[in-house]
Amino acid sequence: MTAYILQRLIQSVLVLLAVSIVVFLAVYGIGDPIELLVPPQVSAAERAAMIRRLGLDLPIWQQYLSFLGNALQGDLGRSFVHGIPAVDLILGRLPATFELVFLAMSLAAIVGVPLGLLVGLNPESRVSRAIMAGTILGFSLPSFWKGMMLILLFSVFLGWLPTAGRGETVSVLGIPISLLTLNGLKHLTLPALNLAIPNMALMIRLVAAGTAEAKTQDYVKYARAKGVRSKRIVGRHILRNILIPVVTVAGMEFGSLVAFSTITETVFAWPGMGKLLIDSIYQLDRPVVVAYVMLATLLFVAVNFLVDVLYAALDPRVKLTGEMA
Amino acid sequence: MTSPLLDVRGLKTVFHDLAGSWPAVDGVDLVVKPGEIVGLVGESGSGKSVTGFSLVQLIDAPGEIVAGDVLFNGEDLRQASEERLRSLRGDRIAMIFQDPLMTLNPVLTIGEQMCEAILEHRSCSREEAMKEASHALSRVGISSPDARLKQYPHEFSGGMRQRVAIATALLNKPDLIIADEPTTALDVTIQSQILFEVQKLSRETGTAVLWITHDLAVVAELADRVAVMYAGRIVETGTVDDVLDRPRHPYTLGLLSSSAATVAPGERLKQIDGAAPSIDARPSGCPFRPRCGRSLPLCAQIDPPAQVQADGHSYRCHNPVTEGSAL
Repeated sequence: MTAYILQRLIQSVLVLLAVSIVVFLAVYGIGDPIELLVPPQVSAAERAAMIRRLGLDLPIWQQYLSFLGNALQGDLGRSFVHGIPAVDLILGRLPATFELVFLAMSLAAIVGVPLGLLVGLNPESRVSRAIMAGTILGFSLPSFWKGMMLILLFSVFLGWLPTAGRGETVSVLGIPISLLTLNGLKHLTLPALNLAIPNMALMIRLVAAGTAEAKTQDYVKYARAKGVRSKRIVGRHILRNILIPVVTVAGMEFGSLVAFSTITETVFAWPGMGKLLIDSIYQLDRPVVVAYVMLATLLFVAVNFLVDVLYAALDPRVKLTGEMA
Repeated sequence: MTSPLLDVRGLKTVFHDLAGSWPAVDGVDLVVKPGEIVGLVGESGSGKSVTGFSLVQLIDAPGEIVAGDVLFNGEDLRQASEERLRSLRGDRIAMIFQDPLMTLNPVLTIGEQMCEAILEHRSCSREEAMKEASHALSRVGISSPDARLKQYPHEFSGGMRQRVAIATALLNKPDLIIADEPTTALDVTIQSQILFEVQKLSRETGTAVLWITHDLAVVAELADRVAVMYAGRIVETGTVDDVLDRPRHPYTLGLLSSSAATVAPGERLKQIDGAAPSIDARPSGCPFRPRCGRSLPLCAQIDPPAQVQADGHSYRCHNPVTEGSAL
């Protein structure tokens, strides 16, 4: 186990290093932030001073090395636009995104797993066919369009829910949370639903496929021959066996939603990390974009590690060892 | 004569497909008395496993039980409710499956899988159930049972898993155990140990056993009576001595002649020519006729009915084997 964790740590560092090079080059290629940052009426001398202050006069490899040196000390640079450390800026937006994604994934699991079981157990029924048709819609409707339709239906026509923003928050341990106020919850509902729908579809399909396969296995017939009630066969024998792919996908989806729920956050003007990323790319705020991608990578590495540990807990045949590929 | 524990009459189980319905079990009559070990013998595809599952009404679509009575202690299981069947399965009628590697759930502990067999039928605490499970494991020769209960199936060998299945079957002291080729997947030494244990346990607990197998040697060693199955029907039945020593049906004789135990060393094993008819191509009349060396013109026209002799030995043949005759 210790050898395994050590190996994973080394792998993670290598991944972070590779990503930092790629993102640094890519951000460099997007455009020159000076054009956006410096007002046109500024004199040439002031302009040159500003370039020097931001370190943009150095060749790219020197910029990268100084970034790397600072990063090793936990400093991922200051935002060109806001003037505060990029990490602080991003982490300040994290709670908003996190609660949005948390709600979305919970919805996806709470709705997706039971519906998936229902479909997997009676794949031929009318209800199952309708659900499966619905999942195709859930997958294929583009996020921005679905978001606008949700606003149109629930906010404009029905007037039940607000269109945008975060609403009231309460502070828990210094972190603002809107899940705990009614107003905040109302603001959360639509963007969370928008994020949840494709994941619900994914969960339904995963669980349905797993159930359809598991229910024909000998161990299910054997459990029936032992007189086990069907509730327990489904809830214990089948569900335990299909949980592994579900946990994998849920973990990966959680990571990617936290990092890249940009479209939904933009449509609903949700003040989360995704909105920040889009704004920073528009403003060529290089340090924020680089720091963002680094943090997202870190998140993925962490989530994947967590999923592997969960595997070992779920499947007794999985042993975490250093020799694993 | 004691009243039968299990009395099956005219059982017929078919499988449906787009082209029609095909009988896998075609009018089976079978009797098992309390405490008796009955061997159900046949080739692959003869319908013996389907018969076993039909007895406990565990036939899923596209299969369907379409005719016959399954009387268990006088109660017709075909008329029983699903809940009534559930309460019988694993409690009064236990099953042991063919492949021990597939029948245990890989992600649940042995203890949980044994305990549920108790807890679904009786109200007792989990600790008591665990204690019973532990006792059952030691009875089938598994050492340090308490530690074993906490383990998962992949930590057991095939033979050990089948012992677990036998121990599980015994938990509720059932009246009948249906064992579907339980030793086929095991090697020969393990096989004879398990046969010995089942026989011993059956004697001790008074549990009747229906042992489904393709292996006549196993039946000779284990059973009191034997039923030989061919193409979905019982073609010969009687005591082990009657059927194996004085077979009347040419198919039984063929099976016996192709068994290694009956042939002198160095001699070639005999085999029955041809193959068992597939479910959608059963011949008219007697289904064994195309492979039979003793067939008569009559055999093509009329499916021979069962002829019961005074000693209970019965067979379905127009031209039965007499003592000393060969195929």
